[in-house]
Amino acid sequence: MPKSDDNICAISRPAIGEAGKTGDWRDLRPVIDYTKCIAAIKKKSVCYACWLYCPDGVILPENPVKIDYEYCKGCGICAEECPSSAITMITEEKEK
Amino acid sequence: MSVKIITGNSAAALGAKICKVQVISAYPITPQTSVTETLSQYVEAGDLKAEYVRVESEHSALTVCISASTVGARSFTSTSSHGLLYMHEQVHWAAGSRLPIVMCCVNRGVGAPWTIFNDQQDSLSQRDTGWIQLYCKDNQEIIDTVIQAYKIAETSYLPVMVCYDGFLLSHTMMPVDIPKEKDVDKFLPPYKPYLSFSKKEPINVNPVVFPWKREDSKGVVRDGYMELRQKLNEALISSKDTILNINNEFNKLFKRESAGLIWEYNTKDAEVCIIGIGSIASESEEAADLLRKEKIKVGVLGIRCFRPFPKEEIVSALKNKKYIIVFEKAVSYGFEGIVASEVKSALYDGGIKTPLFSYIAGLGGRDVKPSDIASEVKKALLEMKKKNFKNQTKWFGC
Repeated sequence: MPKSDDNICAISRPAIGEAGKTGDWRDLRPVIDYTKCIAAIKKKSVCYACWLYCPDGVILPENPVKIDYEYCKGCGICAEECPSSAITMITEEKEK
Repeated sequence: MSVKIITGNSAAALGAKICKVQVISAYPITPQTSVTETLSQYVEAGDLKAEYVRVESEHSALTVCISASTVGARSFTSTSSHGLLYMHEQVHWAAGSRLPIVMCCVNRGVGAPWTIFNDQQDSLSQRDTGWIQLYCKDNQEIIDTVIQAYKIAETSYLPVMVCYDGFLLSHTMMPVDIPKEKDVDKFLPPYKPYLSFSKKEPINVNPVVFPWKREDSKGVVRDGYMELRQKLNEALISSKDTILNINNEFNKLFKRESAGLIWEYNTKDAEVCIIGIGSIASESEEAADLLRKEKIKVGVLGIRCFRPFPKEEIVSALKNKKYIIVFEKAVSYGFEGIVASEVKSALYDGGIKTPLFSYIAGLGGRDVKPSDIASEVKKALLEMKKKNFKNQTKWFGC
């Protein structure tokens, strides 16, 4: 068997974009209200529950918190977990 | 040369030992149990430096082999009947992962109702899982095929099922010439896994793939599901040459005369050809001898390699035959014998319309004597000569 074929079984690498731009799977878009976000209000590296719970690692624990919409699939876990209800899920059509 | 009188199961265990398997994981099931027992004794006594992983089920047994084989360990398991069916999901998984696992299937019937006795319904119903399937006709072939199987598997990156009849071979003692370890070492190089793993470049194996191709984060185009399936099928088909070459190499090195894909017995001048798989085919040799005494020109074609299916070889062997009779220990419910179907489809592609009768025989351990085969062949020939094709599938002895 020639080793030149990299593709005889399926593999992937843990890297950003490995599964393609998964942001287009999204129906609902998480939008952060920074007047409610604890980290933004306190101007400190605190809370970050959204970052902790995001199953796809698309939330950046910065100040202010950012969401990478290229890869966010819109699962809504961040909105569910945010202790100050700062994240709302908005349908993509409405956004457009 | 060292000839010992051993059972088929001892031959299988010895074969795995000589190949220096590194991981063994199996669950006991009749009539396979003594393969696992013998191997565990080897490991316990320090005669075989392998990891023997005890598991709670056959599904886990094959899963252990899959994981071990993925990271580069030569892996072995063996099973029978319900055990094989219980691991069915992982049987597909092993082939889809292109892992060179070798598994012995000691053929036994399938319930309900319970039977512990021999037929070939278990492994033949795993036909479409992407494994190479080799069937042995005697104990010598069992040890030889296990050794060959590792080389075939590790060359083509496909799993190989080594099948042999429960009790008829597994528990029957025969003289077996046991290859020397140093000769097998020359024949079988160490296993090199297809994928390499490192902390620097971690990879996920078998992630979700999509119906389409995709570019990965490094810009490499990765196959979609269909491309991977097509490659598996092509690998199986092209493994026919690998099996033939490795069998020839083995024969030369170990002074054997066994066949790679199909074997023939007195077929040259035969008008009638009996076809079978495993020990029913070697019994048919005796039936053919009996019929020759009555001046009926009968030969036998044994199928050693069921997947990949040796279509061209079978067509060329049957080209000049007048009558074909298949004896087999399995059935595709609602249609006909599994082997008969395969042979017929090969003949169709080869443009051959020779009359073919098939016998479902020996299910659940019912005895099939050479004299019975001979008398059924005579009955079938009478019907074929009268062009009576109403009942082409017959249930032997029912």
